Amino acid sequence: MMLHNPRRSASKILRGLAGGVAVLALAGCHLDMWNQPKYKTLAKSEFFADGAAARPLVEGVVPFQVTTERNPRYSGVDEEGAFIPRIPYHVNRAFLERGREQFDIFCAQCHGRTGQGNGMIVQRGMKQPVSLHDPRVKGMPHGYYFDVITNGFGVMYNHAARISPRDRWAITAYIRALQLSQDARVDDVPEDRRDELSGTPNAPAASDANGGQDDHG
Amino acid sequence: MPQVFSPAMNAVARSSIIAAVFLAGAATIAFGALYRSSFVTQVNNPRPQTVPFSHRQHVAGLGIDCRYCHTSVEDAPFAGIPPTETCMTCHSQVWTDAPILEPVRRSWDTGKPLEWVRVHDLPEFVYFDHSIHVAKGVGCVTCHGRVDQMPLTWKANTLRMSWCLECHRAPEKFIRPRDQVFSMEWQPDEPQETLGARLLEEYDIKVGQLTNCSVCHR
Ligand code: HEC
Ligand code: HEC
Ligand code: HEC
Ligand code: HEC
Ligand code: HEC
Ligand code: HEC
Repeated sequence: MMLHNPRRSASKILRGLAGGVAVLALAGCHLDMWNQPKYKTLAKSEFFADGAAARPLVEGVVPFQVTTERNPRYSGVDEEGAFIPRIPYHVNRAFLERGREQFDIFCAQCHGRTGQGNGMIVQRGMKQPVSLHDPRVKGMPHGYYFDVITNGFGVMYNHAARISPRDRWAITAYIRALQLSQDARVDDVPEDRRDELSGTPNAPAASDANGGQDDHG
Repeated sequence: MPQVFSPAMNAVARSSIIAAVFLAGAATIAFGALYRSSFVTQVNNPRPQTVPFSHRQHVAGLGIDCRYCHTSVEDAPFAGIPPTETCMTCHSQVWTDAPILEPVRRSWDTGKPLEWVRVHDLPEFVYFDHSIHVAKGVGCVTCHGRVDQMPLTWKANTLRMSWCLECHRAPEKFIRPRDQVFSMEWQPDEPQETLGARLLEEYDIKVGQLTNCSVCHR
């Protein structure tokens, strides 16, 4: 990804003319302020061999959030290299909401909104992933999901550059919620909300905003 | 001394004064028209690209969210242009032999980034920041138009100072709830005045300062 300006479009020349006509005789026509000798993000560069002003990381750098390489927050594994069985963040409703948002942006095209593995891209020829509700996948510890997002899995590319570590954990938490929701039973729903299950899906939801049910889910 | 000009020249002189005024007027109008024309502003002119990337196909057709590719739009001034890796996430599996995707595969193999021609390009004395606009409920579609219907990307607005100011003077006419920023189809279900006024308060937008020169020229 590299961006370059179509060299000095007619627009600027004309505007230069407009502003400049009066001062032309005195100062000439300059566009120095339109195109200052600096790089905008991802600009083209004549200086570097690969032609891009944005430089790749020098080999061996450690992102500043990663205090120690073995911090399970950033690796998903403990000292022995086993996937950790917990989410190293406080999971509340806001965290799950964030997880859902990120899942729908980054995973749903392939895995489907509910994780069944039937997303749009799969319908267009992507290899079909195993459903996230498959017993084997479901049995995996939390750290496994973090690891798949961070390092990829089979033909699935890694998403480490696109999703921050915290959001990867939020997605993991949301996948867990999805898995629970798939074999939820009526008993799991609080008694006072069971009648919402039958019909009129949106009507009672209005009470949600001030219902103080934040700990639910 | 013989006369240089014959009396008939009076008429010529008079009409040339009128003609000069007329010409100046015509030139001004022509310049104004040109200044606003899409030839100069590039509005609605699709930009040819090395890879004919289509938002219509990827956004409307496949339902991919803007943030899948423009990852930094919520957190940074720069919206982000996807690296080759993002394209290859799918195109290592789908349309793997398509000749039009050859430059993408070459870029992936060589590590040399893809080149995109900028569609929007503010002058460098202007400061712009995506994250604040997204956070305060300005939709992508308000500034960029129906991107989801563009087979090749074009500019939907001039991005001139007058255009920025039209909104900075009265943002309540344009803002929407935050969770609808990425929607291309959202329509208010109450009058925009009441919604705008409420959101202005809720998002704590201070309209008075938004037209200060130093907001955009810093
Ligand atoms: C471009 C399509 C695509 C996207 C986007 C994608 N995946 Fe995948 N995913 C796959 C495919 C295909 C596989 C199966 C890979 C294989 O078997 O070679 C897979 C496998 C997995 C697995 C392993 C399942 C198993 O069999 O153990 C997990 C977990 C997973 N993905 C989670 C995610 C999460 C979380 C996201 C979002 C951050 C995501 N995926 C985004 C296509 C995708
Ligand atoms: C599959 C990846 C992808 C998705 C999804 C995507 N874009 Fe893009 N977008 C690109 C690429 C690649 C470019 C550069 C090529 C071009 O200009 O068409 C681009 C360019 C743009 C540009 C012009 C940038 C410039 O050069 O000035 C705008 C504006 C834009 N996208 C807005 C959006 C919006 C709004 C959405 C969501 C509705 C969206 N994009 C979704 C990949 C994507
Ligand atoms: C999430 C998956 C995904 C990503 C990411 C993606 N594409 Fe695609 N793209 C597809 C699919 C699927 C098709 C086939 C279109 C269809 O079947 O409607 C396609 C089609 C295309 C086509 C062919 C369009 C035509 O019919 O002429 C081009 C060109 C293309 N993509 C370029 C890109 C580029 C460049 C990028 C990276 C910025 C990119 N794509 C990212 C899924 C993706
Ligand atoms: C307030 C108007 C406004 C809104 C809202 C807006 N943009 Fe932009 N966008 C711009 C301007 C102005 C530029 C040109 C920036 C420059 O030249 O430095 C731009 C440039 C871009 C670019 C090119 C890369 C860059 O940052 O220069 C992309 C991609 C983009 N916008 C995507 C989006 C997406 C996606 C959204 C919705 C989340 C969005 N924009 C919302 C005004 C806006
Ligand atoms: C559709 C409405 C709209 C348009 C068009 C628009 N803006 Fe804004 N802009 C806003 C809103 C709303 C805010 C948030 C104000 C606040 O937080 O109080 C804002 C804030 C900003 C800020 C940050 C102010 C600060 O205090 O840091 C900058 C810079 C800015 N805009 C630049 C621009 C430029 C440059 C353009 C034209 C290319 C533009 N805007 C076009 C609505 C708009
Ligand atoms: C909302 C953002 C914004 C604010 C506020 C703003 N400007 Fe601008 N200004 C721009 C943009 C964008 C341009 C790019 C030129 C264009 O295309 O019109 C510009 C261009 C200019 C230019 C170059 C002339 C031209 O149009 O080519 C001057 C001079 C200027 N501004 C002066 C000012 C002054 C003085 C103020 C305060 C009264 C001011 N601006 C406030 C956004 C802003």
